[in-house]
Amino acid sequence: MPQITVNGRVVEAKQGETILSALDREGIRVPTLCHVKGLEPRGACRVCLVEVEGFRGLVPSCSYPVSDGMKIHTHSERALEARRTIVELLLADHPDDCLYCQKSYDCELRSLAESLGIHQRRFRNTSEPHKLDLSNSFIVRDEAKCILCGRCVAVCNSVVVNEVLNFGNRGAKAKIICDTDVPMGLSTCVMCGACVQACPVGALTEKKAMTKGRSNETRVVRTTCPYCGVGCQLNVQLNGEDLVRVTGVENAEPNRGSLCVKGRFGYDFPYAKDRLTTPLIRENGELRPASWDEALDLVASKLKQIIAESGPKAIGGVSCARSTNEDNYSMQKLFRAVLKSPNLDHCART
Amino acid sequence: MTNSFREFSKAKALLCIGTNMTEAHPVASYFVKQAVENGATLIVVDPRRHALADFAQIHAQIKVGSDIAFLNGLMRVLVEEDLYDKPYVSENCEGFEELKAKVMEMPLEEAAKISGVEVDLIQRIARTLATAKPAMACYTLGITEHTCGKNNVMSVANLQMLLGNVGVEFGGVNPLRGQNNVQGACDMGALPNVFPGYQRVTDPAVIQKFEKAWGVTGLPAEVGLTIPEIMDGLPTKQIRAFYIYGENLATTEPNISHVEKSLTAAEFIVCQDIFLNETTRFAHVVLPAAAWGEDEGTFTSSERRVNRVRKFKTPPGDAKPSWWIFKELAARFAQEWPSISGQELWDNEISVLAPALGGIKYARIEQDGLQWPCPNEEHPGTGFMHRGGKFSRGKGLFTAVSWTPPAEVADDEFPLVLSTGRRLFHYHTRTQTGRSGLDQVLSEELADISPADAQEHGVVDGQMIVLESRRGRVNIRARVSDRIPKGLVWASFHFLEGNANWLTNNVFDPTTKTAEYKACAVRIRKAS
Ligand code: SF4
Ligand code: SF4
Repeated sequence: MPQITVNGRVVEAKQGETILSALDREGIRVPTLCHVKGLEPRGACRVCLVEVEGFRGLVPSCSYPVSDGMKIHTHSERALEARRTIVELLLADHPDDCLYCQKSYDCELRSLAESLGIHQRRFRNTSEPHKLDLSNSFIVRDEAKCILCGRCVAVCNSVVVNEVLNFGNRGAKAKIICDTDVPMGLSTCVMCGACVQACPVGALTEKKAMTKGRSNETRVVRTTCPYCGVGCQLNVQLNGEDLVRVTGVENAEPNRGSLCVKGRFGYDFPYAKDRLTTPLIRENGELRPASWDEALDLVASKLKQIIAESGPKAIGGVSCARSTNEDNYSMQKLFRAVLKSPNLDHCART
Repeated sequence: MTNSFREFSKAKALLCIGTNMTEAHPVASYFVKQAVENGATLIVVDPRRHALADFAQIHAQIKVGSDIAFLNGLMRVLVEEDLYDKPYVSENCEGFEELKAKVMEMPLEEAAKISGVEVDLIQRIARTLATAKPAMACYTLGITEHTCGKNNVMSVANLQMLLGNVGVEFGGVNPLRGQNNVQGACDMGALPNVFPGYQRVTDPAVIQKFEKAWGVTGLPAEVGLTIPEIMDGLPTKQIRAFYIYGENLATTEPNISHVEKSLTAAEFIVCQDIFLNETTRFAHVVLPAAAWGEDEGTFTSSERRVNRVRKFKTPPGDAKPSWWIFKELAARFAQEWPSISGQELWDNEISVLAPALGGIKYARIEQDGLQWPCPNEEHPGTGFMHRGGKFSRGKGLFTAVSWTPPAEVADDEFPLVLSTGRRLFHYHTRTQTGRSGLDQVLSEELADISPADAQEHGVVDGQMIVLESRRGRVNIRARVSDRIPKGLVWASFHFLEGNANWLTNNVFDPTTKTAEYKACAVRIRKAS
């Protein structure tokens, strides 16, 4: 097992792992804008440069393997200066509209600039005006804000394996394209939103979140997706009781951050205007509002009457495979322990 | 599922039969595709060349409803060529001789004829499975929604045991459950034959246990009726009251006209739901329930993992958590139920009564959920079941089964086969997705047909067609796709208009009472 020294502290590393992975395990934060945990390092953004004693140049920690006896300085003046310059160059090509940007409060570029003590521009701003692609039903692309870190390409191809995004062109004209460079809404994109979750800046954002308020005001509640039986873990971001956005919980079983279009964007239904808000009783063919007492008394008396006349087996019930275990348990308990009817089922088969 | 999702991406081989994961379980499909990227062998068996088939080394484009003929064919090759896992079978399984006799009954040529998969390919798949071991077998409703659904399931299990793939990591028999908590609803005993934790309603000791726990006497000691039986009991007045909780039966059950007749005949219907829907048209009382996000509880996923579901908003108006509604009703029958929250129900009742859930408590599943069986609070949960081929019943039992055709097959009058399912952008009857902006991506029902059938009927992509079975007729837009083989029509049941369930056949597997949604005979013509 290689031993390395990080900022004067001795750290056990694993054979063959990268410097970044060893640092990560030790809780030593080195920023990176392009790396996606668990995937091959790309070494594209170079923000993760660290100083290694005896090495002439700085070393990209995301891709460089550890070796025994390495002495690493993650926050030496040289490393910081290099990071600063890289970020300042990125900012030179980035629109200054943080005030209006959805990512504003969770923008990794902005937070990195701040942590590096960058308070004003060093290079003239050469960024293009917005280049919005609004063609996708749920995702907004703004090419002007793209820093070409390639995280979206990585997750689209290697995590969700939907193979839509790619690098188009080279050099100064480099950009991210959908399929053969068609608008995102016309591409084969299945709107899983993995690229949005991975994007460190405001180049990929959510349409539905556009009018939901800033995310520093939000709280996060972890829950389970209400759709299929995979059971993906979601972080629901809320502004008061309004749902701002849903993201996949990173490192959680089973989905490890990934979601599909339903889990990520299918969340409005509890807020629908036509929710049932009061018990209803049919009278002269029409359903009319009623109080809980009135409705429950009616159900109870009707069931009692039927049980008295025809026995409990004249009652049938269907429980709900969309609802919680606790609710399903309660319904079967009602049927068995209270009504004494064995006729309870649910759509286990569809 | 006997095994876990986390195994998918590291599997050596995957056999996906009757599962269009990319649309119905998208995140699971990501893992399957990752496995392929990592070098796994993927075999897809499906009538449609759906997106997962693009990643497969082998796609067997099987005919609808021929699974057993195909699977028995595979097993015949394994037996004949001595490729099956002999030590595993002799040590861990029973009934091999019967299975062997059964699979030897049908010549491969016959299996090929029935399944539409050529003899060569059947042999190749069998040999691939025998070498690329272990393999995970994954299936969904393509296996179960047949009159022979139960036998289909048995057949998949037979194959996996014959290969020695049950009880090992990266193996197993893995049905992906369609709905978020269909696993949990079964675990909770929302079934006519079992109490929570699959304890039989006919077992006197079990009845005694529940009578004691619930402080009651006279629990019904017989197996109750299934949904189709309850429905059939409505017109005859065998069933006089019908309590429908959260199910839109009027559009999800096969043969809508028949369903509507039954519901109309009912004397008293209670619907407990979050919206008015097609079914509440028949209700005498409607009770407003809290929705997802409005109460604390748990869902159990396909991999038997009990996950927390949390409250993040208040229910609208007077809507109430469902357990509260049931508790209030119980009180009107002079029963005071003690638990007053999801956590109390789980920690104090469910996990105490169901042995396999005994070790799962809310405090333990604040982060990732736990997978049952988890019998005590020190138990880490179970990633894959039947470890080392040790089955819960002792030995794994081969159940030899014969192929039977669907109840209704194509004929001169109705020459095409209709198969149904879900699409990526919607969920069932859209009560949820339709209110979440997904209609803008897909706003109507579509019928997928093959280019050959389209040409034969002079239909072009996007044109309205009349799709007709013996039970009903819908006007629906045709989507011509070379992913569909000649002779097949594929449609979903997301919209009431054009809903495939006007056409589907209300015939059921005799044991599981699952409807044959995957096969009925239809015809098409251009709409005038
Ligand atoms: S939403 Fe998903 S499929 Fe679409 S581009 Fe992003 S990662 Fe790819
Ligand atoms: S996010 Fe998609 S795959 Fe995951 S549980 Fe929800 S519906 Fe299923």
